Amino acid sequence: MKLREIAHSRTGDKGNTSNISVIAYEAKDYPLLLEQVTADRVKAHFAGVVEGEVLRYELPNISALNFVMGQTLGGGVTRSLALDAHGKSLSSALLDLEIVAPAGDK
Amino acid sequence: MIRIGSGAGYSGDRIEPAVELAEKGDIDYLVFECLGERTVALAQQARMKNFESGYDPLLEERMRAVLPLCAARGIKIVTNMGAANPEAAAKKTAEIARSLGLSRLKVAAIVGDDVLDACKPHNLPIMEFNGTIKQLGNKLLSANAYLGAEPMADALSKGADVVITGRASDPALFLAPMIYAFGWAMDDWNLLGQGTVAGHLLECAGQITGGYFADPGYKEIPDLARLGFPIGEVGEDGSLVVTKVSGSGGAVTAQTCKEQLLYEVHDPTKYFQPDVVADFSQVSVEEIAPNRVRISGGRGARRTETLKVSVGYVDSFIGEGQISYAGPGALARGRLALDIVRERLKLTGVAASELRFDLIGLDALHGPQVSARASEPYEVRVRVTGRTDNLRGAVRIGNEVETLYTNGPAGGGGAWKSARDVVAVASVLLPRELAKPRVRFVEA
Repeated sequence: MKLREIAHSRTGDKGNTSNISVIAYEAKDYPLLLEQVTADRVKAHFAGVVEGEVLRYELPNISALNFVMGQTLGGGVTRSLALDAHGKSLSSALLDLEIVAPAGDK
Repeated sequence: MIRIGSGAGYSGDRIEPAVELAEKGDIDYLVFECLGERTVALAQQARMKNFESGYDPLLEERMRAVLPLCAARGIKIVTNMGAANPEAAAKKTAEIARSLGLSRLKVAAIVGDDVLDACKPHNLPIMEFNGTIKQLGNKLLSANAYLGAEPMADALSKGADVVITGRASDPALFLAPMIYAFGWAMDDWNLLGQGTVAGHLLECAGQITGGYFADPGYKEIPDLARLGFPIGEVGEDGSLVVTKVSGSGGAVTAQTCKEQLLYEVHDPTKYFQPDVVADFSQVSVEEIAPNRVRISGGRGARRTETLKVSVGYVDSFIGEGQISYAGPGALARGRLALDIVRERLKLTGVAASELRFDLIGLDALHGPQVSARASEPYEVRVRVTGRTDNLRGAVRIGNEVETLYTNGPAGGGGAWKSARDVVAVASVLLPRELAKPRVRFVEA
């Protein structure tokens, strides 16, 4: 299944850094996020977009992960050549990530 | 308990939701956050041309819309619409108040965020790239420190009905009324941390009431055309409930609050603010009634000894051209068009330090690798953009797209071009004692 089925997401920007939250709709799915939505996978998913390091922060109280992606916004929002200089549309791309549902789960 | 309404999330935001808050929100404070990262630098340029300008272009329209309601109900206004010229904004606001017959309104300007002269002798390193403020030379336009809540709270305690600041941290616009109303100590780090959570959640207005959120089939939000803006109910102990005007469009849910909590946040344990280093990592979110969400668990640690300063500078020029192709073979013709422009820019010697070739509808947002799995679209829009060090070069980039009309593939339509100079921003850290904020009153 797609990540979109179990989580929602929002992108924010600061300079040349983009952050994307990934928030489980239900707390029971948070362990799936922890296990499968790793910083390495996010970096690979955004090949050609994220030039820098991807850091992951965990927020168990709200069943959320926060990904901070360096060198992602074309040199910075205020000077980028990109159509979406803020990277606002990146969250939707991340929700396309494939997630393996645990056995027995429908 | 105080009720703080958030009347704008950016400079061009809708105006009616703020009027709705003032009219029906039963609020004590109305905050307008209208100052983007780059806006102060652009406003500084405007001020250099005209001494009485440099504040938010929508100030007059917003103030005219809400001042009579706020004056009648005793709602105090806090805003960063002062941009590069808070004093001129305060004078203008007082003038508007007089013209509306509101003669006893006290308007305060917070000045001192402009730290260009304080920065210059220190050759501070730039955080985003290798270089120093000195190396920007005559390209340096402005340097504005993110001020904290204290001068705004001070203005409120001296009786201000309207507080107008320039560059200040966005959450501080909301923290100021809390500090004033509850007498919070400026070293009670946990209260300031929880107050910062409140400010952070409210500062983007509609982004916590259902804006920037809806995704049909997954996340439904009613009535986005009449989106209501948020109200924060804050207690003396920092307790917080986020809600909105009853009957307005949108929704305040645990989901909208969680998304906004992490918006533009990096390490959630260290959200750097002028007044505190806030910690969002232990925050909990709980729906207690429809459109009422309780937020708890914000904490804080001692503030740093530096203030972040936003530095505006002339970066480069950007030229751009677009043209569309449709129907069978649209993608192949779009690719041919890009190849032609690529070659033309080489043949004619346009010196671009950076170039970008996009097909809108196919790969413009996320690049060719992420977009590779998409199927062929019915139409594509060619987009070529490049960075040059002079306007002439930037203009030629757009021209090379436009000339595709008569020199390029079949069926190119809707060409468009632009060339502009780019004022960019970077950041430096300034020892906090070098910024000297002051309050100046203007009587209506």
